[in-house]
Amino acid sequence: MAAKLLPFLTATPLAGAFFVCLLGRRFRSFPPLIGVLVPGALLGVSLFIWRAVLKTGPVYHFIGGWKPPYGIPMVCDGLSVFMLITVYGVASCIALYAVSYMQKYTALWKFYALFLLILTGLSGVLLSGDLFDLFVYLELTSLSACTLVAFGTERQELEAAFKYGVMNTIGGLFILFGIAFLYGYASTLNMADLAGVLAAKGAGNKVVPLVSVLFLVGFGLKAAIVPFHAWLPDAHPSAPAPISAMLSGLIIKCSGIYALFRIFCCVLGPQPHVMSALLFLGALSIGVGSFLAIGQTDFKRLLAYSSLTQVGTIVLGISLGTPLGILGGLYHLFNHAVFKSLLFLNSGALEYATGTRDIEALGGMSKKMPTTTATNLIASMSISGIPPFNGFWSKLIIIIAAVQARRYGYAVVVVVGSLLTLASFAKVMRYAFQGSLKEKWSAVKEVPIPMQSAMVLLALVCVAGGLLLLPSLKAAFITPAVQVLLNGVAYAKVFGGILG
Amino acid sequence: MVYGLCLVLFCIGLYGALRKRNVIKIIMGIIICEYSANLFFIMMGYRSQGRAPIMAEGGPIANMVDPLPQSMVLTTIVVGLSTTILLVALAIRLYEKYGTFDITKIRELKG
Repeated sequence: MAAKLLPFLTATPLAGAFFVCLLGRRFRSFPPLIGVLVPGALLGVSLFIWRAVLKTGPVYHFIGGWKPPYGIPMVCDGLSVFMLITVYGVASCIALYAVSYMQKYTALWKFYALFLLILTGLSGVLLSGDLFDLFVYLELTSLSACTLVAFGTERQELEAAFKYGVMNTIGGLFILFGIAFLYGYASTLNMADLAGVLAAKGAGNKVVPLVSVLFLVGFGLKAAIVPFHAWLPDAHPSAPAPISAMLSGLIIKCSGIYALFRIFCCVLGPQPHVMSALLFLGALSIGVGSFLAIGQTDFKRLLAYSSLTQVGTIVLGISLGTPLGILGGLYHLFNHAVFKSLLFLNSGALEYATGTRDIEALGGMSKKMPTTTATNLIASMSISGIPPFNGFWSKLIIIIAAVQARRYGYAVVVVVGSLLTLASFAKVMRYAFQGSLKEKWSAVKEVPIPMQSAMVLLALVCVAGGLLLLPSLKAAFITPAVQVLLNGVAYAKVFGGILG
Repeated sequence: MVYGLCLVLFCIGLYGALRKRNVIKIIMGIIICEYSANLFFIMMGYRSQGRAPIMAEGGPIANMVDPLPQSMVLTTIVVGLSTTILLVALAIRLYEKYGTFDITKIRELKG
């Protein structure tokens, strides 16, 4: 039953985008309705699939009935379902927020059509069991995201979108070259089959290291790991706030980090030198991101730089390679999706109410916008790692894992990055929300109810996120995902006996 | 040898995309990169003296080129087409706003 539902995860948002294009021009309330209903319904479906995965192990569906290694399979294992629930949960909140936020824009149906296309791409990336299929979904995601970055069609937005488009296309081409090399070497692109064939051919070949470098550059560009980060601080602030939240919270995670580790751990097999390179790049991202974030006065730009820090933390945690490190990395991925989306929504609320993102121009907003202030405080404390919020627990796990793996330097880097993050968000609270209210802002009102409720929902997840570490919840939600990455090339057995 | 030339073509495109100052030339660099990737993929499935992969009646064809890369390259061509359209559209809007194609003059975002 659950296996039959898999194609609907990509088909539903695609059909939604189609109908939004068809009817959205005529009926103005139709696109927001579809935009909220689709992610909500998919969240329900993914929870149902989650139960099936817990009970019977990975579920899979062969498109058109072609058995692997020939057809295109859709595979949903512990890691995929973990990411799916994160994506749909956060996307539902973002869609709810967008209902009021996007009212000021004219081409509402275009926004929702592209939003649903991004959702299609993300579901496809998470479910695909075929390397080339994965590439197509990656390009779908980045193309629609790129269009949405340029949505305002102002000078800076166009410039940022052009930069984002060029960088992501080049990243995609590196990935395509990697895929071509792998196909030439192993004559298959089915990820499970590929894992089996590569393992059978054994180590000592020169193709796998070459492909590793190509994938590292390609997915590094998509995930914005330093030194491939140049597009991120421009692109993320330029999009409308809901899309910034999607970009920072979900897209760089799915099309960057998820795909990177899915391929490196499950298909190519974990290689020590790649993992140590990723460790170093993660630490570098933490350093660069946190130092640059402190200097910013544009709220969204500050958030974009802090995304670099958090992505670095996630990559560092997962590439430690120990069970605890992977647990911390994935848990931090979930937490970051929640609180960074919330922070971007907060910045959108400020912009919606006052029309500016410059935190030095604001001040005393706590008197006028209590909900935004409260949720922003919660998110800031989460991202800086203050107990008892969720960010504290995941960072703690990563630090403990680094110490256990005798990587003391990296543990220190995470701690320092966390402190610098705290400093930059203390600055936001101090300038934008505390202090005396300026004369100019005396007429500012709190944002409409849908925006408030979306922010409150995400803030509640931030507060309750620590509960995911309770043994029963952890065993059901995070541990299956950790197991997938730990088992590595045992992914080859995902179809049971069908591949032989 | 031919594969090496393909990579050289990719490097030329990459050089164009990263080093040129004109927006249109950057886009053309990317197109060259895409073509080199497509060419490389096609050649992965080629065998010398191979025939078109069309099934005929009366038994299988002996020396057939691999049809799978060809179908994949069709897909990447479509992906590349849409990328190019998007970038060119952005370039037109950039020209409307800034009045120039020079990328060094189009930089308001810093920090």
